Amino acid sequence: MQVLDDIDRRILRVMQEDPGLAVADVAGRARLSTGACARRIDRMERDGVILGRRVEIDRRALGYEVRVFLRVTLDKTTPRAFDDFLAGARALPEVESIQTLLGRVDVRMDVTARDLAHYQEIYRTKILALPHIAEIEALMLVSELKSTDRLPL
Amino acid sequence: MIDLDDLDRAILRALAADGGLNAKQVGEAVGLSQPAAWRRIRRLEEAGVIRGRRLVLDRAKLGFGVTVYVGVRLAAKGRLDLEGFERAVTAIPEVQVVQHVLGVFDYRLRVVARDLSDFERILRRRIMTLPGVGAVESNVMLSEEKDQPPLV
Repeated sequence: MQVLDDIDRRILRVMQEDPGLAVADVAGRARLSTGACARRIDRMERDGVILGRRVEIDRRALGYEVRVFLRVTLDKTTPRAFDDFLAGARALPEVESIQTLLGRVDVRMDVTARDLAHYQEIYRTKILALPHIAEIEALMLVSELKSTDRLPL
Repeated sequence: MIDLDDLDRAILRALAADGGLNAKQVGEAVGLSQPAAWRRIRRLEEAGVIRGRRLVLDRAKLGFGVTVYVGVRLAAKGRLDLEGFERAVTAIPEVQVVQHVLGVFDYRLRVVARDLSDFERILRRRIMTLPGVGAVESNVMLSEEKDQPPLV
């Protein structure tokens, strides 16, 4: 991979700000010719610096009002605790994302539900059925004040 | 809330799988003409179902080696200037996510940093110094998967 220079970072800053921009507009804001800008974007895509684009979908608009972050500590006396737990969690459609962590908590995951009754059902029948849970803690989302993937380049 | 039919849901599934698809490609994926797909995507955007698009970058390749989830409990509830805390914490560029939560913490943050000593600097100088911060717990992310939106 080629080392990124200040011009590359300028392009990425513009693209992070407005991912829907056409290459010509990115070039204009980054003060480059369209051709030079397109070549740099192509290179960064080839090098895997730019991985793609993501669409943000509003869960509420789809009828999912409840979001709960579960923080799970696993029973590590079982050698396959992580693998078994993750395989089970991965299969649940209501689990939106899973992260493994280094710290007091082993795994955290986002659970989405239509309402509290629906959440309770998911929690009881699906989450608590996952293997090797030693401790589980829940944080319920009240409001999201900031949410971005933007890097301070 | 707008009514979504099966085609809208198929469009959302296609876009959730690859946010870089244009209207033509979305149309091909769900069996619509380009203008028809474009009109539906527009309608989903206008209704706020599609809130926007994000550029996905490889954090590690850009020098951001660590992502840390930070739980923050405020020190003295009730007498605090919540808005002051929220304004200050959302203004920190390394803080990507700020969520007000109910539970053992009051706020949940996601922080990106170049390495652990960079994270320590952000934590000590920017986060611990915010007004009202009490207990703080940090968990370093080792891996992430499945990070995909909904169950359409």
